[in-house]
Amino acid sequence: MILTRPPLKCRELVEIVTDYLEGDLSRRDRRRFERHIAGCEGCTSYVEQMRLTKRLLGRIPEDSIPAEAREALLDAFRDWRSETG
Amino acid sequence: MLDRLRGGDESAFVELVERYHSPMVRLARTFVPSEAVAEEVTQEAWLGVLNGIGRFEGRSSLKTWIFRILVNRARTRGVRESRTVPFSSLEREGDEGRPSVDPGRFQDEGLWAAPPRAWEDQPEERLLSAETRAVIREAIDALPASQRRVIDLRDVEGLSAEEVVELLDLTQVNQRVLLHRARSKVRQALEDYLGGTS
Ligand SMILES: [Zn+2]
Repeated sequence: MILTRPPLKCRELVEIVTDYLEGDLSRRDRRRFERHIAGCEGCTSYVEQMRLTKRLLGRIPEDSIPAEAREALLDAFRDWRSETG
Repeated sequence: MLDRLRGGDESAFVELVERYHSPMVRLARTFVPSEAVAEEVTQEAWLGVLNGIGRFEGRSSLKTWIFRILVNRARTRGVRESRTVPFSSLEREGDEGRPSVDPGRFQDEGLWAAPPRAWEDQPEERLLSAETRAVIREAIDALPASQRRVIDLRDVEGLSAEEVVELLDLTQVNQRVLLHRARSKVRQALEDYLGGTS
């Protein structure tokens, strides 16, 4: 027996968008999700925004290591090397 | 890299330190109460890396192994420090059950009243500008420690869900919930900055 569930609402979709992007929705929920965005411009934008958020997060450049910390670590490395031989 | 490091190659160590030191300090900072302590814990972790490198078996990546050493130290230190800081709320998220999007943006039936606008029209230079990055950084820094940790490792550092679950001793569900809350808030900050609703 297949129980048909009511269509997803926008308010619900924004709570499961990460499950969707992570590929963690069941096949059925995934279809329900995709059916909703196919007919909803707002949610299509929302999903795109979440994708872009993830992408931009991956583009933040790292701070460089402070010179002082770098020096201290190099000293530690040289000590370690002379101890281990 | 591993062989070079074990062989005492200084440039290999420098490479590692330049790549991972800053993310390690940020991660440490989510466990301990100050920047200075985070820096100290990270220095200790590097000593742990050097002393343990001979025993590293390569079952995980070198990166996650290094981060693991850091997390162990930072966590121990965090517990110790929190005893001297009463009412520590380091592990409290404080926003459990709060919706990802302001409820005022939906109609009563749960459909959008104020839908988000597509960002496709945003020029790439704007999206990748120093200003946008500062907005993202600020949004991350405003997150509770447990969320900051997860989004930083997953989205900024690019670790997999499995690696983060392992590293932070989370359940899969927990990892995903923390990631979801964190990403939702960063998205909101970006929306506030890039321009409102349609
Ligand atoms: Zn919708």
